[in-house]
Amino acid sequence: MALLQPARRLLSAAAQRHLCLAPVAARASSWWSHVEMGPPDPILGVTEAFKRDTNAKKMNLGVGAYRDDNGKPFVLNSVRKAEAQIAAKKMDKEYLPIAGLAEFNKASAELALGDTNEVIKSGRYVTVQTISGTGSLRVGASFLQRFFKYSRDVYLPKPSWGNHTPIFRDAGMQLQAYRYYDPKTCGFDFAGALDDISKIPEQSVILFHACAHNPTGVDPRPEQWKELAAVVKKRNLFAFFDMAYQGFASGDINRDSWAVRHFIEQGINVVLSQSYAKNMGLYGERVGAFSVICKDVDEAKRVESQLKILIRPMYSNPPIKGARIASTILTSPDLRKEWLEEVKGMADRIIDMRNQLVANLKKEGSSHNWQHITDQIGMFCYTGLKPEQVEQLTKEFSIYMTKDGRISVAGVTSGNVGYLAHAIHQVSK
Amino acid sequence: MQRGLHFPAHVDWFRKHFVLKGAEEMLFQLQSLPCDMDLPVPSSMLSAVGNGQEDSSLLHRAYEPNPQHVHWMVGRWHYLDHYKSAYRTDEGQPWVLPVVKKVEQKIANDTSLNHEYLPILGLPEFRANASRIALGEDSCAIKENRVGGVQCLGGTGALRIGAEFLRRWYNGNNNTTTPVYISSPSWENHNSVFVNAGFKDIRAYRYWDAAKRGLDLEGLLEDMESAPEFSIFILHACAHNPTGTDPTLEQWKQIAAVMKRRFLFPFFDSAYQGFASGCLDRDAWAVRYFVSEGFELFCAQSFSKNFGLYNERVGNLSVVGKDTDNVQRVLSQMEKIVRTIWSNPPSQGARIVATTLTCPQLFAEWKDNVKTMADRVLLMRSELRARLQALGTPGTWNHITEQIGMFSFTGLNPKQVEYMIKEKHIYLMASGRINMCGLTTKNLDYVASSIHEAVTKFQ
Repeated sequence: MALLQPARRLLSAAAQRHLCLAPVAARASSWWSHVEMGPPDPILGVTEAFKRDTNAKKMNLGVGAYRDDNGKPFVLNSVRKAEAQIAAKKMDKEYLPIAGLAEFNKASAELALGDTNEVIKSGRYVTVQTISGTGSLRVGASFLQRFFKYSRDVYLPKPSWGNHTPIFRDAGMQLQAYRYYDPKTCGFDFAGALDDISKIPEQSVILFHACAHNPTGVDPRPEQWKELAAVVKKRNLFAFFDMAYQGFASGDINRDSWAVRHFIEQGINVVLSQSYAKNMGLYGERVGAFSVICKDVDEAKRVESQLKILIRPMYSNPPIKGARIASTILTSPDLRKEWLEEVKGMADRIIDMRNQLVANLKKEGSSHNWQHITDQIGMFCYTGLKPEQVEQLTKEFSIYMTKDGRISVAGVTSGNVGYLAHAIHQVSK
Repeated sequence: MQRGLHFPAHVDWFRKHFVLKGAEEMLFQLQSLPCDMDLPVPSSMLSAVGNGQEDSSLLHRAYEPNPQHVHWMVGRWHYLDHYKSAYRTDEGQPWVLPVVKKVEQKIANDTSLNHEYLPILGLPEFRANASRIALGEDSCAIKENRVGGVQCLGGTGALRIGAEFLRRWYNGNNNTTTPVYISSPSWENHNSVFVNAGFKDIRAYRYWDAAKRGLDLEGLLEDMESAPEFSIFILHACAHNPTGTDPTLEQWKQIAAVMKRRFLFPFFDSAYQGFASGCLDRDAWAVRYFVSEGFELFCAQSFSKNFGLYNERVGNLSVVGKDTDNVQRVLSQMEKIVRTIWSNPPSQGARIVATTLTCPQLFAEWKDNVKTMADRVLLMRSELRARLQALGTPGTWNHITEQIGMFSFTGLNPKQVEYMIKEKHIYLMASGRINMCGLTTKNLDYVASSIHEAVTKFQ
């Protein structure tokens, strides 16, 4: 069955015997000769290129990691305090259960749905701790591949986060798309989205970004979400929410999760991926959750047992550090309050940078309409710049972003917003 | 197609009639999943999801030990096993290594550190040093720059990434029919990892000889001779789980010779380096021997036990290839696989290990801590054996000290095990496996006399 044989297979028996005696000769061929060099990851690859650049004015607007106004990574105070509290307890390092830290799972669900939500009260849900947002999506995708027998198709908004496609594909699902971003307005193509969604085959899976759409920053308004929910319900579609920016988008955790809560209120039992990478700055600790809203407690228990069966052969059980921090913050009133303020602080700085960028572009004398920069929300902004312009920005100004014209506003500071506006104006005038 | 490992009939009977605690049991054979393509549209699209436990033909409760519950149980029961293997002190308590406490403090005090993403393949200092630990300071493969590391979530994560890679790139492209051989018995999750990575043909190779309570070398070698060329073999680098029985050095040489001649791929699982004999080099002998024999191989390393970092999920997949170029291409494809499972790994555990391995003082302290753990286990083994022999317990008991690592296949049969659990409140696995870490100086006498009773009462 082997299609590509290592060269030694073609040798005679005598030659093969010699291989056993001559390690050097045996190293003639490799099992991996046919393995291609993989392309660099488009998003993380940007940071790598940035690091190599020696230009003092360089800007990294690639990966979505928050930076403070000095362009430095920001460790939240509430996180530091939580870490200190945890360290003082001197806990052991025993394995977590497969589904993770129970207090974290509960707090995470409550954060997403509100602790007075009927779903929380009735217990008709399951939440498992996952390896941040990616891990959550992968667990969810694998769960659908195994148990969602009605369709293999997952409908993503066009465009979506670049990693959504390979995650679902590797899990065994097929990818389709629905219209979302309107390049003419740099805004939401509501009519196109409704049109496409109303034609999606019933019982397909449809993925929504709960808030702060990545990469466009374009979110539906509440009345638009209502109509989307109605169509999803009508077509009996399975709704998969990806919420990586709760709190980070508007600065208000309840506002940012409004769409998820509305869908559930309409009787749509969604699944939900959450990440704490951005809103708690816990990127490298890999904190996330995957939730399934179920018909009843019994169904939730059955679903949980199957999620565990999926997780065990992936990584057995999740890492504790980040989940403990998140759980401590969410369940301590003082820390939670402080955290909410810090999240708002991050969101406000981003909004401020958006305003400053537009103001500076005006000052540069740009005649384009840059309103979408302030209309959009969250960490990312679809500037509307074309790949050639992006390339020029990188080559001439050492400004790094992904080719689709997406910038991470978090990488903009009051110190470099002028330079950025100038550069954008140069390549777009 | 064999899906999941099967127990012998008498063990199945035991499992069916006796409620066993342990999620290990719950998860073990649950490969039969509902597939209800013909169902009418239900009110909930999830109503076809069967209960994980009920899918199994085994009647047992789901039970995942609550950490508090386990400690209570330890007082009332003697936990000679629990579903996750973790070291215990002589007081029956978890042990955070002193060097780990020191390093964590250092990390906490280092204000230059933050919570930013690691690269996809992990912390570079961790990867390089972890591979160095496995392959040795003087490894020719490292010197020749043909070793790569992928930081993974524990040993499980390393196995999974390796398995995903092999399914995509080994023996052709996406060749899901390449046979994967797992020892009989083995850690129960091995099977799940390779099935979930997409391999369709999982087979067992003979390993444990119950009659002689040792390695069935003849059966093992026969299975390797008759395995299709290019088959993948999962080898336990040391401290075989669950039997505690390792091949001798000479036996490893025989195994390597057959594998080389038949073009079989060695995938080592190294979860106990240092923990088994107390010596890092000794426990890595087999892996290093294979490397010196020119094999390309994978080695999934776990730092859960030897660093006591269980819940930080620290593992490394070491890749040994023919040359730098091959290894680089392999790593680039590993990146793609990692990106869709967890994107990038957690930083805390890797930082602890990297800091320890790169500082001579801390490294020495760590080796000392590891030896402490290994020595305690070795002591429990020799003390248990001595007591059984002094009691004149029927049978031979040298396997208790000849076996190595955390686990021991005592050779107790299901009736004897049932007696131990029901009458003596000593919990062990149906297979007769005990976790040596559950033994303490305080319970040795009791355990020995209980085994003695069980063996004399039931044959």
